[in-house]
Amino acid sequence: MSDGSNNKKMSIIVTKGTLDWAYPPFILASTAASLDIDVTLFFTFYGLQLLKKDLSHLQISTLGNPAMEMPMMGMHMTMPNIISAIPGVDAMASSMMRNMIKKKGIASIPELRDICVESDVKIVGCNMTLDLFEWTPDMMIPEMELGGAATYMAEALESDINLYI
Amino acid sequence: MATQTLDTKGMNCPLPILKTKKAMKDLATGETLEVLSTDPGSVKDMEAFCKSTGNKLLSSNDNGGVFTYEIEKG
Repeated sequence: MSDGSNNKKMSIIVTKGTLDWAYPPFILASTAASLDIDVTLFFTFYGLQLLKKDLSHLQISTLGNPAMEMPMMGMHMTMPNIISAIPGVDAMASSMMRNMIKKKGIASIPELRDICVESDVKIVGCNMTLDLFEWTPDMMIPEMELGGAATYMAEALESDINLYI
Repeated sequence: MATQTLDTKGMNCPLPILKTKKAMKDLATGETLEVLSTDPGSVKDMEAFCKSTGNKLLSSNDNGGVFTYEIEKG
Protein backbone atom coordinates (compact mmCIF):
# COMPACT_ATOMS: atom_id res chain seq x y z
CA MET A 1 0.00 0.00 0.00
CA SER A 2 2.65 2.46 1.04
CA ASP A 3 4.18 3.12 -2.36
CA GLY A 4 0.88 3.47 -4.14
CA SER A 5 -1.51 6.33 -4.40
CA ASN A 6 -4.21 6.92 -1.81
CA ASN A 7 -6.42 8.31 -4.59
CA LYS A 8 -6.15 11.84 -3.25
CA LYS A 9 -5.17 14.74 -5.47
CA MET A 10 -4.02 18.30 -4.92
CA SER A 11 -3.52 21.20 -7.29
CA ILE A 12 -1.85 24.54 -6.65
CA ILE A 13 -1.84 27.65 -8.84
CA VAL A 14 1.60 29.22 -8.32
CA THR A 15 1.58 32.94 -9.11
CA LYS A 16 4.57 34.38 -7.25
CA GLY A 17 8.23 34.19 -8.16
CA THR A 18 10.17 35.56 -5.21
CA LEU A 19 12.47 33.48 -2.99
CA ASP A 20 10.13 33.66 0.02
CA TRP A 21 6.92 32.94 -1.92
CA ALA A 22 8.57 30.01 -3.69
CA TYR A 23 8.51 28.07 -0.42
CA PRO A 24 4.79 27.40 0.22
CA PRO A 25 4.04 25.70 -3.11
CA PHE A 26 7.22 23.60 -3.18
CA ILE A 27 6.94 22.60 0.50
CA LEU A 28 3.29 21.61 0.15
CA ALA A 29 3.83 19.82 -3.16
CA SER A 30 6.86 17.80 -2.00
CA THR A 31 5.17 16.91 1.30
CA ALA A 32 1.91 15.93 -0.40
CA ALA A 33 3.85 13.73 -2.82
CA SER A 34 5.52 12.09 0.22
CA LEU A 35 2.03 11.39 1.56
CA ASP A 36 1.17 9.58 -1.71
CA ILE A 37 -1.03 12.43 -2.94
CA ASP A 38 -0.98 13.13 -6.70
CA VAL A 39 0.05 16.76 -7.18
CA THR A 40 -0.27 19.19 -10.07
CA LEU A 41 1.43 22.58 -9.91
CA PHE A 42 0.28 25.20 -12.40
CA PHE A 43 2.84 28.00 -12.76
CA THR A 44 1.48 31.26 -14.11
CA PHE A 45 2.64 34.88 -14.33
CA TYR A 46 5.55 35.54 -11.93
CA GLY A 47 5.27 31.98 -10.65
CA LEU A 48 6.65 30.75 -13.98
CA GLN A 49 9.96 32.26 -12.90
CA LEU A 50 10.31 29.23 -10.59
CA LEU A 51 10.62 26.86 -13.53
CA LYS A 52 13.74 28.45 -14.98
CA LYS A 53 16.66 26.02 -15.05
CA ASP A 54 18.78 28.27 -12.86
CA LEU A 55 17.14 29.62 -9.70
CA SER A 56 20.10 31.53 -8.28
CA HIS A 57 18.52 34.84 -9.34
CA LEU A 58 15.51 34.49 -7.01
CA GLN A 59 15.21 37.40 -4.61
CA ILE A 60 13.01 38.65 -1.81
CA SER A 61 11.81 42.24 -1.71
CA THR A 62 11.64 44.14 1.55
CA LEU A 63 9.71 46.95 -0.12
CA GLY A 64 6.21 47.31 1.29
CA ASN A 65 6.65 44.34 3.61
CA PRO A 66 6.46 45.62 7.19
CA ALA A 67 5.97 42.06 8.49
CA MET A 68 9.44 41.00 7.39
CA GLU A 69 11.70 41.08 10.42
CA MET A 70 15.29 40.03 9.97
CA PRO A 71 17.29 38.96 13.01
CA MET A 72 20.24 41.34 13.02
CA MET A 73 22.77 42.18 15.71
CA GLY A 74 20.62 40.56 18.41
CA MET A 75 17.52 42.51 17.37
CA HIS A 76 14.72 42.13 14.85
CA MET A 77 14.83 44.81 12.20
CA THR A 78 12.28 45.81 9.59
CA MET A 79 13.39 47.75 6.55
CA PRO A 80 11.95 51.25 6.02
CA ASN A 81 10.58 51.59 2.48
CA ILE A 82 12.96 54.41 1.65
CA ILE A 83 15.91 52.09 2.34
CA SER A 84 14.30 49.17 0.48
CA ALA A 85 14.11 51.32 -2.64
CA ILE A 86 17.89 51.74 -2.81
CA PRO A 87 19.46 49.58 -5.54
CA GLY A 88 21.27 46.58 -4.07
CA VAL A 89 19.19 46.36 -0.90
CA ASP A 90 17.02 43.52 -2.23
CA ALA A 91 20.14 41.60 -3.26
CA MET A 92 21.67 42.10 0.19
CA ALA A 93 18.47 41.07 2.00
CA SER A 94 18.15 38.04 -0.30
CA SER A 95 21.67 36.94 0.48
CA MET A 96 20.96 37.30 4.22
CA MET A 97 17.80 35.24 3.80
CA ARG A 98 19.70 32.47 1.95
CA ASN A 99 22.27 32.33 4.78
CA MET A 100 19.54 32.11 7.43
CA ILE A 101 17.77 29.34 5.48
CA LYS A 102 20.99 27.34 5.30
CA LYS A 103 21.85 27.90 8.95
CA LYS A 104 18.44 26.70 10.13
CA GLY A 105 18.57 23.42 8.18
CA ILE A 106 15.80 24.52 5.82
CA ALA A 107 15.81 23.05 2.32
CA SER A 108 16.76 25.31 -0.59
CA ILE A 109 14.26 25.98 -3.38
CA PRO A 110 16.29 24.00 -5.98
CA GLU A 111 16.41 21.07 -3.51
CA LEU A 112 12.62 21.13 -2.95
CA ARG A 113 11.96 21.48 -6.68
CA ASP A 114 14.23 18.50 -7.40
CA ILE A 115 12.30 16.41 -4.86
CA CYS A 116 9.02 17.44 -6.54
CA VAL A 117 10.37 16.35 -9.93
CA GLU A 118 11.67 13.05 -8.51
CA SER A 119 8.31 12.40 -6.82
CA ASP A 120 6.42 12.78 -10.10
CA VAL A 121 4.71 16.05 -9.23
CA LYS A 122 3.07 17.20 -12.46
CA ILE A 123 4.56 20.56 -13.44
CA VAL A 124 2.52 22.66 -15.84
CA GLY A 125 3.78 25.98 -17.17
CA CYS A 126 1.32 28.56 -18.43
CA ASN A 127 1.73 28.89 -22.18
CA MET A 128 0.30 32.40 -22.28
CA THR A 129 2.79 33.62 -19.62
CA LEU A 130 5.72 32.15 -21.54
CA ASP A 131 4.57 34.06 -24.61
CA LEU A 132 3.88 37.26 -22.64
CA PHE A 133 7.35 37.46 -21.10
CA GLU A 134 9.01 36.21 -24.30
CA TRP A 135 10.61 33.25 -22.58
CA THR A 136 11.24 29.97 -24.44
CA PRO A 137 10.76 26.36 -23.26
CA ASP A 138 14.52 25.71 -23.46
CA MET A 139 15.03 28.24 -20.61
CA MET A 140 12.82 26.09 -18.39
CA ILE A 141 13.31 22.68 -16.75
CA PRO A 142 12.56 19.82 -19.17
CA GLU A 143 9.90 18.36 -16.83
CA MET A 144 7.63 21.34 -17.56
CA GLU A 145 4.58 20.60 -19.68
CA LEU A 146 2.83 23.56 -21.25
CA GLY A 147 -0.86 24.11 -20.72
CA GLY A 148 -3.56 26.68 -20.22
CA ALA A 149 -6.49 27.48 -17.97
CA ALA A 150 -8.51 24.52 -19.26
CA THR A 151 -5.65 22.15 -18.39
CA TYR A 152 -5.71 23.50 -14.85
CA MET A 153 -9.50 23.24 -14.57
CA ALA A 154 -9.45 19.60 -15.63
CA GLU A 155 -6.97 18.83 -12.81
CA ALA A 156 -8.75 21.04 -10.26
CA LEU A 157 -12.12 19.39 -10.84
CA GLU A 158 -10.63 16.03 -9.89
CA SER A 159 -8.66 17.33 -6.89
CA ASP A 160 -9.45 17.11 -3.18
CA ILE A 161 -7.35 20.20 -2.41
CA ASN A 162 -7.05 23.25 -4.68
CA LEU A 163 -4.85 26.14 -3.59
CA TYR A 164 -3.90 29.51 -5.06
CA ILE A 165 -0.57 30.89 -3.89
CA MET B 1 16.04 -3.44 16.27
CA ALA B 2 15.07 -1.38 13.23
CA THR B 3 16.10 -2.57 9.77
CA GLN B 4 17.54 0.85 8.96
CA THR B 5 18.21 4.15 10.72
CA LEU B 6 17.75 7.61 9.24
CA ASP B 7 19.34 10.61 10.94
CA THR B 8 17.59 13.92 10.14
CA LYS B 9 18.94 15.84 13.14
CA GLY B 10 19.35 19.55 12.35
CA MET B 11 16.93 19.42 9.41
CA ASN B 12 13.85 21.59 9.40
CA CYS B 13 10.31 20.99 8.07
CA PRO B 14 9.56 19.37 5.65
CA LEU B 15 12.93 17.65 5.18
CA PRO B 16 12.49 14.95 7.90
CA ILE B 17 9.29 13.76 6.18
CA LEU B 18 10.76 13.96 2.67
CA LYS B 19 13.85 11.97 3.72
CA THR B 20 11.68 9.44 5.58
CA LYS B 21 9.57 8.88 2.47
CA LYS B 22 12.70 8.28 0.42
CA ALA B 23 14.16 5.84 2.97
CA MET B 24 10.90 3.87 3.21
CA LYS B 25 11.12 3.08 -0.51
CA ASP B 26 14.16 0.86 0.12
CA LEU B 27 12.34 -1.27 2.71
CA ALA B 28 10.24 -4.38 2.20
CA THR B 29 6.81 -4.73 3.83
CA GLY B 30 7.20 -5.51 7.54
CA GLU B 31 10.71 -4.03 7.78
CA THR B 32 11.20 -1.04 10.06
CA LEU B 33 12.87 2.34 9.87
CA GLU B 34 14.15 4.29 12.84
CA VAL B 35 14.12 8.08 12.30
CA LEU B 36 15.95 10.62 14.46
CA SER B 37 14.87 14.27 14.32
CA THR B 38 15.36 17.50 16.24
CA ASP B 39 12.31 19.15 14.65
CA PRO B 40 9.50 19.42 17.26
CA GLY B 41 6.99 19.69 14.39
CA SER B 42 7.95 16.18 13.28
CA VAL B 43 5.91 14.64 16.14
CA LYS B 44 2.58 15.51 14.50
CA ASP B 45 4.01 15.29 11.00
CA MET B 46 5.22 11.71 11.40
CA GLU B 47 1.75 10.65 12.63
CA ALA B 48 0.15 12.32 9.61
CA PHE B 49 2.71 10.78 7.25
CA CYS B 50 2.06 7.26 8.55
CA LYS B 51 -1.72 7.73 8.53
CA SER B 52 -1.72 8.90 4.92
CA THR B 53 0.78 6.39 3.52
CA GLY B 54 -0.44 3.21 5.23
CA ASN B 55 2.76 2.72 7.23
CA LYS B 56 2.61 1.94 10.95
CA LEU B 57 4.11 4.23 13.59
CA LEU B 58 5.32 1.70 16.17
CA SER B 59 6.80 4.22 18.59
CA SER B 60 7.39 7.95 19.01
CA ASN B 61 9.73 9.15 21.76
CA ASP B 62 11.22 12.44 22.91
CA ASN B 63 14.71 11.89 24.31
CA GLY B 64 15.50 15.39 25.50
CA GLY B 65 15.17 17.28 22.23
CA VAL B 66 15.89 14.38 19.92
CA PHE B 67 12.75 12.69 18.68
CA THR B 68 12.92 9.02 17.76
CA TYR B 69 10.36 7.24 15.60
CA GLU B 70 10.02 3.64 14.61
CA ILE B 71 7.99 3.04 11.48
CA GLU B 72 6.96 -0.30 10.00
CA LYS B 73 6.46 -0.42 6.28
CA GLY B 74 2.83 -1.28 5.46
